[in-house]
Amino acid sequence: MSCWETVQAYAFRSLGYGERLLPRGEISLCEQVTLIGSGMIWNIYFGVLALFFGFFFAVTLAVAKNSHAKWVRKPAEWFIFVFRGSPLFIQFFLAYFALVRLPEEIGTLDISWLTDPFAKAWLGALIVLFLNTAAYAGEIFYGALRSIPKGDLDAADAYGMSGFKRFRRVVYPTMLRLAWPAYTNEAIFLFHATTLVYFSGFPAFRQQGDALYYASYFADRTFNPFVPYPIVAMFFIILTLIVITVFSLINRHLNRHLPAERRARVRYRPNLIR
Amino acid sequence: MFEFCADPSTLDTFPWFACYLTNGVHMLFYQSFLTVLTLLAITAPVALAFGFVGAAASRSHILPISWMGKLYTSMVRGVPDIAFFLFFVIALDQALEWVNHQIQCPDWDEPIRQGANFVVCQAAKIPLSSAPQWVHEVYNYFIAVFTFSIVFGAFAANVLFGAMRAVPRAQLETAEAYGMTRRQTFWRILVPQMWIYALPGLSNLWMILIKATPLLFLLGVEDIVYWARELGGSRTSQYAYPHPDWRLWYFLALLVFYLGFTRVSEVVLARITRRLSHGQATAGGDTQRKAAA
Repeated sequence: MSCWETVQAYAFRSLGYGERLLPRGEISLCEQVTLIGSGMIWNIYFGVLALFFGFFFAVTLAVAKNSHAKWVRKPAEWFIFVFRGSPLFIQFFLAYFALVRLPEEIGTLDISWLTDPFAKAWLGALIVLFLNTAAYAGEIFYGALRSIPKGDLDAADAYGMSGFKRFRRVVYPTMLRLAWPAYTNEAIFLFHATTLVYFSGFPAFRQQGDALYYASYFADRTFNPFVPYPIVAMFFIILTLIVITVFSLINRHLNRHLPAERRARVRYRPNLIR
Repeated sequence: MFEFCADPSTLDTFPWFACYLTNGVHMLFYQSFLTVLTLLAITAPVALAFGFVGAAASRSHILPISWMGKLYTSMVRGVPDIAFFLFFVIALDQALEWVNHQIQCPDWDEPIRQGANFVVCQAAKIPLSSAPQWVHEVYNYFIAVFTFSIVFGAFAANVLFGAMRAVPRAQLETAEAYGMTRRQTFWRILVPQMWIYALPGLSNLWMILIKATPLLFLLGVEDIVYWARELGGSRTSQYAYPHPDWRLWYFLALLVFYLGFTRVSEVVLARITRRLSHGQATAGGDTQRKAAA
């Protein structure tokens, strides 16, 4: 097979299109790059959707944790504690077994049509990642809420703003601006965390897996880790660079009203992994 | 364990569980917690040492050394740590066998990589194929520990490199003004002062390390995740203790274990931070000084 034919056969293999059988025997470099790249679709899918939905939940959690009302604060604190204090790997397993067990437990009522999608990676793992990133980002946003300059809040009061208006016009933009560099790191590590999905209980349906799933498949087949893993590394470095670029642009937008020397730069700090 | 456990099928709920939770395989399960703790106990200092060497190398004035240090420091950026775990476990094993092969069988003329096979001579196999099972397990375990140390060493190198840069420049200039050599400045001024700046990062790293321990399962070690899956699976009445699929409960127990562990670590680390801030020229140290005055 020429390389172009390989691309045609395997480019969307991770979604179930193209050649059914994975390459075996003599595996060419082109096949490895194509199939691992195909797996990246899942990493991007999990990362983007979990980040998108997680963002809104995280803001809610941060506001709830900052609340004075105990019955609002406590659940948010516990949620963040449970998801940040335990390994993502265990969370995946737990979610998987819970979702597999749920239909059996209820027994008399057949709800498998309802729970089946949850026991599959595309939805089940996505929900775990969503909750997980919401907890981590919620903590970041909470920290930012706590460090909003007192003067900004006083100014809002002086203008007679209160309640939701004050939140939308003053608190929220400042919180986002302060939290953004840390949130960028969270986004990077969320993308890295997506590689755990297919190693943690959730089965790869018809060998449709993510980049690392295919890389470990190749490493097992060729017994040569020196080709597939560097390919994964290359793909992820590109993905990380894209994430940093996008988040830096947003950061610039968030800081556009500030003089240049007071702007926070997005700096890579590996301080958040699960 | 208990005498009344001879025939579990006749027991009530409570004694049944007492027997069930103390049978042979559960003892292995409890031992695997020790496996995890041993991993932490070995990895933490080794990774710190790797990190220190990496950070010191990145500061070197000799270019190749500084490049190596920077490469090691930036290794974990951008690439998922799980990819490194999976990679190093095979790569280290093959590297060791390859080196051993060159020593043991110098006149071997066949290629080592034959298609999908990695062939070294019998004498170069690590561990020897005639070795007992426990040697294989211990070898696998140490390969896993070493892998953890390399990856977390790179994280630690990042933290320590940042901490070294955070030490006020004036301190180092004063040392130079006193005529200290670079080596003296490094060991007498920089290293003693950097720890307080490194501590938040290192505490964070410790939490991450705790939460990375279930990945031992992926490296083929019989750890707590392995046993939880093994023991939780449903048992038919052929077994002494039949039960349905309890993996959910086993993993819930693991979750509680990790939550407790990270919570305790958090409390202890907060205490250490307070102790180390004492007398330091940082915000934390300053607050303590004012509180005392």
